[in-house]
Amino acid sequence: MLYREAGQFKTTYAADMAVFPIRQDRIALALLVAVAFIAVPFMAEAQVWPFRTDYMVRAILIPFLILSLAAVGVNILIGYCGQISLGSGAFMAIGAYSAYKFATGVHIPLAWLGTAISIPPLPGLISIPLGGLMAALVGILFGIPSLRIKGLYLAVATLAAQFFFDWVFIRVKWFVNYNSSGSVSAPDMYLGPIHINTPVERYLLCLSAVVIFATLAKNLVRGNIGRQWMAIRDMDIAAELMGIRPLYAKLSAFAVSSFIVGVAGALFAFMYLGAWEPLAFDINRSFQLLFMVIIGGLGSILGCFLGAAFILILPIMLDQIPHAVGIPVSVETVSHLVFIVTGGLICYLLIVEPRGFARLWGIAKEKLRLWPFPY
Amino acid sequence: MIRKVLALAAAVTGVSALAQPVLAQNEQFLPALVYRTGPYAPNGIPWANGTADYWTLINERDGGINGVKIVFEECETSYATDKGVECYERLKSKGPTGAGFFAPLSTGITFALTEKVPGDKIPLLTLGYGRSDSKDGSVFPWNFIAVGSYWSAADAAIQHIAKEFGGKDKLKGKKISLVYHDSPYGKEPIPALEEMAKSYGYVFKAIPVTHPGVEQKSQWLAVRQDRPDYVILWGWGVMNSTSIKEAAAVGYPRDKIIGGWWSGAEPDVIPAGDQAIGYKALMLQHPAGRFKIHDDLEKYIISTGKSAGKDTFAHVLYNRGLINAMIGVEAIRTAQKKYGNKPLTGEQVRWGFEHLDLTADRIKELGFEGLLKPLKFTCQDHQGADEARVHQWDGKEWKIISDFYKADAEMQDRLVKASAAQYAKEKNITPRDCSKAD
Repeated sequence: MLYREAGQFKTTYAADMAVFPIRQDRIALALLVAVAFIAVPFMAEAQVWPFRTDYMVRAILIPFLILSLAAVGVNILIGYCGQISLGSGAFMAIGAYSAYKFATGVHIPLAWLGTAISIPPLPGLISIPLGGLMAALVGILFGIPSLRIKGLYLAVATLAAQFFFDWVFIRVKWFVNYNSSGSVSAPDMYLGPIHINTPVERYLLCLSAVVIFATLAKNLVRGNIGRQWMAIRDMDIAAELMGIRPLYAKLSAFAVSSFIVGVAGALFAFMYLGAWEPLAFDINRSFQLLFMVIIGGLGSILGCFLGAAFILILPIMLDQIPHAVGIPVSVETVSHLVFIVTGGLICYLLIVEPRGFARLWGIAKEKLRLWPFPY
Repeated sequence: MIRKVLALAAAVTGVSALAQPVLAQNEQFLPALVYRTGPYAPNGIPWANGTADYWTLINERDGGINGVKIVFEECETSYATDKGVECYERLKSKGPTGAGFFAPLSTGITFALTEKVPGDKIPLLTLGYGRSDSKDGSVFPWNFIAVGSYWSAADAAIQHIAKEFGGKDKLKGKKISLVYHDSPYGKEPIPALEEMAKSYGYVFKAIPVTHPGVEQKSQWLAVRQDRPDYVILWGWGVMNSTSIKEAAAVGYPRDKIIGGWWSGAEPDVIPAGDQAIGYKALMLQHPAGRFKIHDDLEKYIISTGKSAGKDTFAHVLYNRGLINAMIGVEAIRTAQKKYGNKPLTGEQVRWGFEHLDLTADRIKELGFEGLLKPLKFTCQDHQGADEARVHQWDGKEWKIISDFYKADAEMQDRLVKASAAQYAKEKNITPRDCSKAD
């Protein structure tokens, strides 16, 4: 009834090819963005429910946004280009550590040349995209095997990236500025004269990054390059016969994906953790991102957000329910229950709708068009 | 379908409406970051039980801290930094005045929270773990690394090894290896051990074990090849017992292994059975076993069934949990002298920590005689004590085999100062002037 596109005529090609062709969608999205950019900060500042403390922003929304962004990156590679990767955690780590190095100053002594490469500390806002860039470069390098190996074999090859970079950031002390403990802490972040420090400021920075990169990603996958990725995903030989260069398509997917994942890693380290060690980006992080993408929906940008919400927020909520309603259970029972319930839900979901939340969302939209008078 | 959705929605709103437990105004909220699941649970559980039991005892026996009841809530971190941060955010502003202090029992979480507590104004009590350089209270006003740091622990371990060899001059040319948990926790003692290697002339080798430490065959094969004169073990959780078993498997004598004080409790040796006989470890001053405080615990907590877990009663880490809880309670008591007997904010509790003076008399009065030596924090010194002993596992119980070793103050100060100064420079912190602190 409310969700009908009857009467919405498209008079230009541009209107016909818009990201959101239906007016209601555009309104809903505009509302959502307005809420995220305006209402949430105001509510957080005014401390009204559910923002009475900064828990909601600092412990839920910020990691949710950052991991959604990482999931967008992973989805480009796995969902759109069909290259299964288990190295997403490593690319997050590369983003985080590179951004840390750029923000604290890079110094590479080249004794045998009698010189040294020195870059002074850069502002955080430049370091983070540079961290993403480094991740993109490494991503291209580790994407080269994808030209020869496919599917699960590629997954194993990317696993090598994961373990290699776990090792690098533990062992190579240069990356942690020779800190004896191997834990590094993010330098302060400035946007011009503004010190980005309060939860709301951090939230707005992450939100801006997510909006920018999600928009970019959405448009990329709709365009020429996205179609190349999907062609490669669906059948690489056919794609090649149609004139798509697999080298270019696959490596560009690796580059774009790693860039976004790297930026997300830098944000996760700088804006959420504050101080971190390589364990924050271990193989479990890769799995977490992979599950977000699978549960959310392969080949859907919206699915990344839904998947991130499911994998990240649901366990945290489940963990708090027994205490909140006053059921006296010990923390270990609760955390075991959370595992059981979350695991059970994942199984159920994948049986009911293997294509993830994004597909469920699509079905809901179809039904909503007919509601309340289905055939 | 719609009805189902509505019912679900109703249930969810119902849950969130109930989500605010009623807290009376005269209650001090204390958060407990614990881990009762995962590979570190065997060591996390006794500590969590000790902490919980002591706070329950204060409520049951004394009716709270000077009449202010303690309300505490546990949050499961699984020893993971990101979950620890989430727990911290979840608990930090509960209760009428917010969290009194945090004690995360994880060096990784401590590193992350060190960046957050100055903004939230909540003190961090890290009893014998955490950042060794946080001893410097002028740079780390919110951290309290009570009783000992990894650097003072490393010092005590080397002193004990030297004593076994017959003097510090005998260390020259000896091979000492560190088998460590490859995390900030395990890496912390390395600078101190390297520093001492320079002054005593022993050959130092660090052998990392990856988290969680159940796979360490190659490390112990390296030990067998290298045949060090002594091995220092710096593990946590299942890693410790695995190390002892692997040492036995390659035939390395267990009485030539000395653990740090986080590698010297019952869960570290019992799983290794007879193979652990002779294994030594540092003590964070206190042993296992019963002391005067345990009589009260028995009377008010164990016999009334209010214990969080009585099967770990009087174990090493249970006793350490008691000390952790006690130092926090005493800091609150100290702060109450200034701010009045009411729930205190983290900032006020911090003042209490900094002015905490646990004299021998006070420790005796509290029933902790034998568990803890006098401890006094100042603005500059956030460690308060730097002595440790060594105990040895005889297959049934831990036997104390040494007197107290006092860490070399000169070396500690030098390392702490250098590291804290570097941190201050990185973070643009101007160290407090402690001569002017109140």
